[in-house]
Amino acid sequence: MRPEGRTVPIRSGAVAFRVLAAGHGAPLVYFHSIHEREGWSPFLERLANRYAVHAPLHPGVGGSTGVETLEDVFDLTLAYEELLDALGIDAAHLVGHFFGGMAAAELAALFPERARRLVLVSPLGLWRDDAPSEDLLILPADELPAVLWRDPGSEAAHRWAAPPESDEEKEAALIDSIARRSAIAKFIWPIPDKGLRKRLHRVQAPTLLLWGDADRANPVVYAEEWQRRIKGAALKLLPGGHMLIHESPDATARLVEEFLS
Amino acid sequence: MKVCFFHLMPYRFLPDDFEQRYRSVWVDVPHSLFDPEKAGRLYHEFLDELEFAEQAGFDGLCVNEHHNNAYGLMPSPNLMAAALTRRTSRAAIVVLGNSLAAYNPPLRVAEEFAMLDLLSQGRLVAGFPVGTSMDMNFAYGIDPATLRARYYEAHDLVMQAWTRPEVFAFNGRYTQVRYVNIWPQPLQKPHPPVWIPGGGSVETWEWTAKLDYVYCYLSYYGYKRGKATMDGFWEAIARLGADDNPYRAGFLQLVCVADTDAEAERLYFEHVHYFYQKCLNVWEGFAEAPGYRTVKTLLTGTKPQVGSLARKIRQSLTWPTYLESGYVIAGSPATVRQQLTECIRSLRVGHLMVLLQIGSMPKDLVLHNTRLFAREVMPHVRDLWPGYKDRWWPSGAPAGNGP
Repeated sequence: MRPEGRTVPIRSGAVAFRVLAAGHGAPLVYFHSIHEREGWSPFLERLANRYAVHAPLHPGVGGSTGVETLEDVFDLTLAYEELLDALGIDAAHLVGHFFGGMAAAELAALFPERARRLVLVSPLGLWRDDAPSEDLLILPADELPAVLWRDPGSEAAHRWAAPPESDEEKEAALIDSIARRSAIAKFIWPIPDKGLRKRLHRVQAPTLLLWGDADRANPVVYAEEWQRRIKGAALKLLPGGHMLIHESPDATARLVEEFLS
Repeated sequence: MKVCFFHLMPYRFLPDDFEQRYRSVWVDVPHSLFDPEKAGRLYHEFLDELEFAEQAGFDGLCVNEHHNNAYGLMPSPNLMAAALTRRTSRAAIVVLGNSLAAYNPPLRVAEEFAMLDLLSQGRLVAGFPVGTSMDMNFAYGIDPATLRARYYEAHDLVMQAWTRPEVFAFNGRYTQVRYVNIWPQPLQKPHPPVWIPGGGSVETWEWTAKLDYVYCYLSYYGYKRGKATMDGFWEAIARLGADDNPYRAGFLQLVCVADTDAEAERLYFEHVHYFYQKCLNVWEGFAEAPGYRTVKTLLTGTKPQVGSLARKIRQSLTWPTYLESGYVIAGSPATVRQQLTECIRSLRVGHLMVLLQIGSMPKDLVLHNTRLFAREVMPHVRDLWPGYKDRWWPSGAPAGNGP
């Protein structure tokens, strides 16, 4: 299934989202993480069999524009709420990975009526001095795979890490990566603790936390923090690393579907 | 031609195996390596060297700002500049500079620079760097995506604080001050000359040119590599239709002078090696936070000065490599004169800054290098660029500070 891509402007075009969409059913909005180079993935492919999946790229990433007009996480969350209006969505299942989990949780906390159910995969947004999450924004390419993947030698990890063939493509990929990380850095630099812990009690949507038991980027201890702050949040710990949904797209998508239905 | 003596104030006592054992000289270099007793003496050594440079006839003395950095022990260059105002009387005090976005509110810079201008009786050059990514994004935690916007806004605030006659309100995106009214005001009118140290950002060339400031390229990789950057600056000047006065430009060059070429290698190699091996050993992850440079600049292909490039350079370990690449101009007075003239002419630089204290160089050797440079080299480059007027020199510093 090829997702359909379109540009959805808000604020008279000051911010424009590139939104990938596929599938039919109840609306599900997916928020990307830092190291998802492509906006689409087998995990989303699978979810699109049951849901109308909308995957907007963050402003400043992969064709979405206007990040320079956004001041902070609050402003970003307002922009996403306005995007839901523009997409004609009253309430949706919100799913996000790492930074995307943070974005989804912010939206669910600020606008509880917009979130039907919330699925957070190794979400960012809380901070513990004794267990800092890895500084994924700055890790050099040769140090990343060992942190992101449970098995850096796996086929999925290899496919992810393989550099493009030509020098031009390599250069373009590097600039693309810097632009993507730069856009996201704006909302989490230098420490990804921007007040979410004071807002999470507002979340009303039933919440599922998904975590890889070998997550070296975002330690599993954070799961407790999330569970403590979102009442009734369920936790599923799966064999896997930080890139759980890309390591086991079928198994994780199945869990998400079970939780949503 | 103006010649300035530049000091980085490096910690000289990093262990021999530093670069094998530690990933970075900057940001997370452990301060268990720092000996306060030794460092206290170093500051006085460094100030002695700067003061000696004035006596030797240098036109200006340059200090700069770094944080979490074992090769730059000057988180506050203003303190060093203040100390210099008391023991010097002729040389320009060139503070290169205060990284505006790091000060909250940035009015602090307007105030301290005004104090320095008064203390030095009008000898201050006000340098406003954006600041390196290591300093600003990592050591000071400023978000890379907004760093430049903060910098430009802070610059506007400082310049207005120096030039507007009335008390005014400043309603910025990053700084809001209801009553801007700094006491004291600088001595130089309308304001001290402004020099902008840059690392090759397209935006900085254009902005500097537009505002008619001096652009300084503080490179550790010498005049041969620096040419592309300075050419870029001069092209920006030409696009704006401004004149090609060489005093619009400054450039930093590492220089070692000895009686003979062979003697230069014997005296200086280990210290130059210390600088490139240890002082430029910055972990790639710290070399540049994402967003520190704009996509527009990334597309020009200029690489950061530290990180993987520096690592490659560290593999070229020999004295001839340092020299052939032009990173260091070193040798007999005749050798240095010839290459330095080429450097000045090819980059079209009116404000030459030389780094004569390099890496682990101890004071007696620094004074030797400084003395030889001042006596055997400086007089021969003084008269380059006749007929051009230096409009960016502080009014309280005499032109041509002869010995």
